[in-house]
Amino acid sequence: MTAEAFVEIQDVVFRRDQRVIYDGLTASVPRGKITAIVGPSGTGKTTLLRLIGGQLKPESGDVRVDGLSVQSLKRSALFDLRKRMGMLFQSGALFAELSVFENVAFPLRVHTDLDDDLIRLVVLMKLEAVGLRGAVDLMPSELSGGMQRRVALARAIALDPEMIMYDEPFVGQDPIGLGVLLSLVKQLNQALGLTSLVVSHDLQETLSIADHVIMIANNRVAFQGSPEIMQASDDPLVQQFLHGSPDGPVRFHFPAPSLEDALS
Amino acid sequence: MMNWIAGIGRSTLSQLSDLGRATLILMQAIFGRSNVGVHWRLTIDQIHVVGVLSLSIIIVSGLFIGMVLGLQGYTILTDYGSEQALGQMVALSLTRELGPVVTALLFAGRAGSALTAEIGLMKATEQLASLEMIGVDPLRRVVAPRFWAGVISLPILSLIFVSVGCLGGALVGVSWLGVDSGSFWSNMQASVDFSDDVFNGIIKSVVFAVVVTWIAVYQGYDLVPTSEGIARATTKTVVYASLAVLGLDFFLTAVMFGEI
Repeated sequence: MTAEAFVEIQDVVFRRDQRVIYDGLTASVPRGKITAIVGPSGTGKTTLLRLIGGQLKPESGDVRVDGLSVQSLKRSALFDLRKRMGMLFQSGALFAELSVFENVAFPLRVHTDLDDDLIRLVVLMKLEAVGLRGAVDLMPSELSGGMQRRVALARAIALDPEMIMYDEPFVGQDPIGLGVLLSLVKQLNQALGLTSLVVSHDLQETLSIADHVIMIANNRVAFQGSPEIMQASDDPLVQQFLHGSPDGPVRFHFPAPSLEDALS
Repeated sequence: MMNWIAGIGRSTLSQLSDLGRATLILMQAIFGRSNVGVHWRLTIDQIHVVGVLSLSIIIVSGLFIGMVLGLQGYTILTDYGSEQALGQMVALSLTRELGPVVTALLFAGRAGSALTAEIGLMKATEQLASLEMIGVDPLRRVVAPRFWAGVISLPILSLIFVSVGCLGGALVGVSWLGVDSGSFWSNMQASVDFSDDVFNGIIKSVVFAVVVTWIAVYQGYDLVPTSEGIARATTKTVVYASLAVLGLDFFLTAVMFGEI
């Protein structure tokens, strides 16, 4: 494992039923940087976050977070490791029966001994950062999808984790919300020295803040490096993805028998 | 023929695998690392949800079943001139069989299905995954309090069902049909044995509570996180739990009262 890598993924093979998702995927996520994970839909970008978080186990290969082999950890050690991570889910995944305040306070209540006054202070600061301090007393059902994700982000950073994984954080955001979130991800990374992984289809916005890019296609890592090198790459696969061309080495169609065979 | 045998084998292996997974989930929920104070509070909350909120259906059902027993028992016993034994018949029917069994069936329909749907919806909306990533074990935080709440609530609900049923029997037998009040209650008191009848009924209730709640939380935790998956799991909870209760009731009755 290289000294600057916070996450190291080595020769990972992963299937869902009979469908191969990764066939020997190898990648590393540098410590203290923003890493963008990009690729066509259905290539397993969210799956990669779940492998890193230990919610899924690879069939073979090794996923290491800060030197710890995630798939080999005992259940209690895995939960201890997760306290050092934050994750923003695609759906927000707020606790439906808790208010916005209690959702953000939840990690603090279960993992710290802070008194109520201090918890209130931290929660309000985190909500202020995502622009939702005014929504502190609302229930998740009273928020739009984009606002729910911003509350979820406040919850993900409540414990000041060492690494945050963002799963499609920019979906459903208006241009102002998108801009604020982009600068927030950047600021969090710089101010707290976090390692950030951003899965997103908003390619240009994500690349504008990323220090490192991992592109997944055809069951493996198709590109790994800086956004500048990616933009300059003459690899047809990378170019197809960057320019959104339907034809090229990246399959647009889900694997299937030929159309002639299916129609005959 | 070979396909048929292979199908049976596959189905058996799948059932065994389900049973193994359900056992693992239950063991991890019960014996995992926990914060006793927090989890006790969560369990109390769940006792309110699955127990207290089931009280109305248990009381109304117990009352009507007791009344029906009183009516049917009176009709049959008067043929033999033994209507003074009505209290004994009502009490023994309720403590040994109807109390534990009907309460467990009602509990599966009212609370079991709700537990499955609630946990399933938490899974479908990624709330369980979110708990995991916050470093909180959902088996300890979500499954264990609901399991213990079911195990504690059902035997108490069963005792309430039996008590209300006896009152229902007395209402019909004594107040409406004219059975002597002294005969009704003294026969009941003399014939119902605490260890043979009441205690065995409680044991049945505890066994049913473990099985019904276990099925409910497992079906919720293990379901396919889609709307159809939640609907199927909820149905499975009621069907499996009801069949398990009826099957186990025969087995427990045979052991307790059948002198096997």
